[in-house]
Amino acid sequence: MPLTRPDEDLPLPDEAGSAAYCGRCGDALAGGDHERCERLLALEPPRYCGQCRRRMKVQVAPGTWTATCVQHGTVEHSTWS
Amino acid sequence: MTTTAETTTDILDVARAQVLERGEALTQAQIVEVLRTGDDRLADLLALAHEVRMKYQGPSVEVEGIVSLKTGGCPEDCHFCSQSGQFTSPVRSVWLNIPELVRAAKQTAATGASEFCIVAAVRGPDDKLMEQMREGVAAIRAAVDINVAASLGMLSQGQVDDLVDMGVHRYNHNLEAGRSFFPNVVTTHSWEERWETCEMVKESGMELCCGGLVGMGETIEQRAELAADLGRLEPHEVPLNFLNPRPGTPFGDLEPMETNDALRTIAAFRLALPRTILRYAGGRELTLGDLGTRDGLLGGINAVIVGNYLTTLGRDPKEDLALLDDLEMPIRALNETF
Ligand code: SF4
Ligand SMILES: [Zn+2]
Ligand SMILES: [Zn+2]
Repeated sequence: MPLTRPDEDLPLPDEAGSAAYCGRCGDALAGGDHERCERLLALEPPRYCGQCRRRMKVQVAPGTWTATCVQHGTVEHSTWS
Repeated sequence: MTTTAETTTDILDVARAQVLERGEALTQAQIVEVLRTGDDRLADLLALAHEVRMKYQGPSVEVEGIVSLKTGGCPEDCHFCSQSGQFTSPVRSVWLNIPELVRAAKQTAATGASEFCIVAAVRGPDDKLMEQMREGVAAIRAAVDINVAASLGMLSQGQVDDLVDMGVHRYNHNLEAGRSFFPNVVTTHSWEERWETCEMVKESGMELCCGGLVGMGETIEQRAELAADLGRLEPHEVPLNFLNPRPGTPFGDLEPMETNDALRTIAAFRLALPRTILRYAGGRELTLGDLGTRDGLLGGINAVIVGNYLTTLGRDPKEDLALLDDLEMPIRALNETF
């Protein structure tokens, strides 16, 4: 769920399809093996913006996490069903 | 097993007579023996620890949620911690505002939890943090029916008194490691400084929550030392963390603990702390998984953290609550005492 989107033309930090960087290690997705990162992202929020690899401000709460990239905006995810 | 006509030296038999029947905690040397038992004894060990928990603590499980009020940028160098400002961890500094804090407390209470712990990544609180706490605790107490706990690092006597005045009923301050291993884990403050804060909290009337981490490269003897140190301190609650190696920290490349080792440790801590709330804290998802989580609840654990941790994610609370239901372990009600 997007909370804020500074620029409508830009994708959100974890927008599927357009991410170029791994949210966990920050390295380029292309040419790298991020299988382990992907597995671990079930147990931790991403720290890097998938679009620009900036370190994001991440707030974890008991049932949600929120991540903010200054350029690509804020996403919030619920972790409870 | 070695037996003579009059005495047994099998550690599980000794523990049964000493801990289960007489209610006396294991000594440090005995904890070492328990930690050295083989995988072939694990089922028996867990069963004994479960009997001890049921006898001295009963079937109910205390459920707690935690939230980070101030994340990252801590000046201390605890080698397991992604929130230390001394390492190149990707965790950035961020503060939670009061409405978000209240929302987190409400989320926690909705699970049936009786505890909500507010945590800050600091050496000890400054005036700004104490002010935030005063406002935050008051806002939560006005809006949510839940006990408020805090974990804000080392305290002065004045700060202890202020927290009591705010209505904080439990304070968390971990020993982190046994005294002899502590310098391998933290160099910016001493084990003794931690102990002092714990003593002050105990004397204040707040309940003391004090535990540590295992799986940081400590020896079996040093792990037993932590359990024995905690036994001497007699906290109300012991949260047991299994190292979750965080990228960028000095312990980032360590392997997570083996499941059986973690389960043996849970049982050993229960035998060292028969009357204490023993809580699953961080790292259980990684170390134990679903099956191990169940085994631990049948091996001495009687409290859980539901939902997410401070910088990492936990299981969906529905899974934990369904497991407790399945095990016929009722959630401890607010104000219920063991
Ligand atoms: S004092 Fe707490 S927040 Fe700071 S580095 Fe140590 S464990 Fe992390
Ligand atoms: Zn990666
Ligand atoms: Zn970005």
